[in-house]
Amino acid sequence: MRAVQAVAWKEIQVYFSSPTAYIIATIFLVLAGFFFVRDLGDPFPEASLSSFFQGVTIVLVLLAPVLTMRLMAEEQKLGTIELLLTSPVRDWEIVLGKYLASMVFFVGTMVLTLYYTILLFAFADPDPGPIYSGYLGLFLYGAAALSIGLLASTLTSNQIVAAAVAMGILLVLYFADAASGSLGTTASNVIGQIGIKSHFDDFERGVIDTRHVLYYVCVIAFFLFLTIRALETRRWR
Amino acid sequence: MPAMIQATGLTHYYGPHPAIQDVNFGVERGEILGFLGPNGAGKTTTMRIITGYMPPTRGAVSLDGYDVVEQSLQARKRIGYLPETVPLYTDMTVTGYLKYMGTLRGMSSKDINRRTSEVVDICRLGDYRKSFIGKLSKGFRQRVGVAQAILHEPEVLVLDEPTIGIDPIQVVETRRLIQDLGKAQTVVLSSHILPEVSMICQRVLIIHEGRIVAEDTPANLAQRLQGVNRLEVEITGPREDVLPALRRINGVSEVSYRGSQGRDVYSVLAQGGQDLRDEISRAVVSSGWSLLSMQLVGMSLEEIFLKLTTQEEL
Repeated sequence: MRAVQAVAWKEIQVYFSSPTAYIIATIFLVLAGFFFVRDLGDPFPEASLSSFFQGVTIVLVLLAPVLTMRLMAEEQKLGTIELLLTSPVRDWEIVLGKYLASMVFFVGTMVLTLYYTILLFAFADPDPGPIYSGYLGLFLYGAAALSIGLLASTLTSNQIVAAAVAMGILLVLYFADAASGSLGTTASNVIGQIGIKSHFDDFERGVIDTRHVLYYVCVIAFFLFLTIRALETRRWR
Repeated sequence: MPAMIQATGLTHYYGPHPAIQDVNFGVERGEILGFLGPNGAGKTTTMRIITGYMPPTRGAVSLDGYDVVEQSLQARKRIGYLPETVPLYTDMTVTGYLKYMGTLRGMSSKDINRRTSEVVDICRLGDYRKSFIGKLSKGFRQRVGVAQAILHEPEVLVLDEPTIGIDPIQVVETRRLIQDLGKAQTVVLSSHILPEVSMICQRVLIIHEGRIVAEDTPANLAQRLQGVNRLEVEITGPREDVLPALRRINGVSEVSYRGSQGRDVYSVLAQGGQDLRDEISRAVVSSGWSLLSMQLVGMSLEEIFLKLTTQEEL
């Protein structure tokens, strides 16, 4: 586990020593702010984070890949992967370390949005349930998006390609349930079930359904597994 | 005791092209082995296999008894590796980088601190501890690369072209450093610079188009390939008399005059690797000339190398 920690800590330091992270965090927080105030103009505004949660899911589709694109691609570009893979460290330790670093950054940014929750509680009387469940959903949703981004970064030494591939996968998953509507029958059901966004909606409404939790856990496990495998096959290329 | 590194039947294909074919060699503990060969001969491929970076298509390497593919972690623990490109994280400081590499190698934080300051001294990085690696010159990056390779006091050091792209003074320093390290550790290095290999290494493997074409000590290689010994003899005496006198000696196959700067030096080739120093000195003295110097000269590694890689007579 020391290796996981070392890799994670190194990546976290890199996040904060490069401008990319600050740019991502700023864009994220500005957009999150827009979504938060969007519904406040209504004649009868609702004291909830519903609009914020909805908006943030699409923002993450675009920003999560940017957060993960460097993690493995740069190692391959610089050639440092050669030293990493010849160190007495297991492949899964490298992958987990990198993943945790991106999670720490993501969670850190999420924590900054708690500001909106504080505002709600200070000036209104919101229902706390959907806020708790919404944040849990957002955590799972982001974790899934980052695992997809990490896989994309492992597949290439080009960060732009890594980001594009991850965005592609995320967009397909995001709009999967919208597309399923036009198909009907079994196919529609299956495609609807793989949609990353459709599993989020219940959280935002205040429902914690184990099916949705399980969905995200499976997505994370599946993509991290593929990432480890991709790193392994890199040795054979 | 088994060899520190034992490679048997190593073959590696990149697509349909073989990079190395049926490479066999062993490296004893404390030995400095040099891989010599032109670019693209398969040196880097061989080193990547030894270090466990990639598995061979066929064949196996064991390191201190551990198979580098099957017992990869055990084998990797024993290796310090300097890849040819000296891969470094440009956005880290020298000590930050060394500490990170130390942790990855499973060193305790006490060892890391102790060894970091030691290797910083050994590699003369003292003034650059807190510098970002991206700001260092090529020569200093090379030193950081060497520093990380020796940080965890590995039993085996694998250095791929350790002196490429650095200035001549640093080259001399690096060679000295490698020789020092070779006293306690097993070192495998590759180079395409011949004098370097003959200077540092106890044994040389010449690799060409993915195959080992020769293996010996630098001195023996020179002799074996020559098949004859060459002597450089400095004699004062009339040239027109000395030449035939030398040719008359039994076992001499060829004599040529190579006077320079007022010194009369003759190059004598002996058949079948005989040592003719005794006969020559007696012949010279009995003729009343003076023998000023006599030196056994092997074929230079350059000559051998050319001979091997252009595949003449072999």
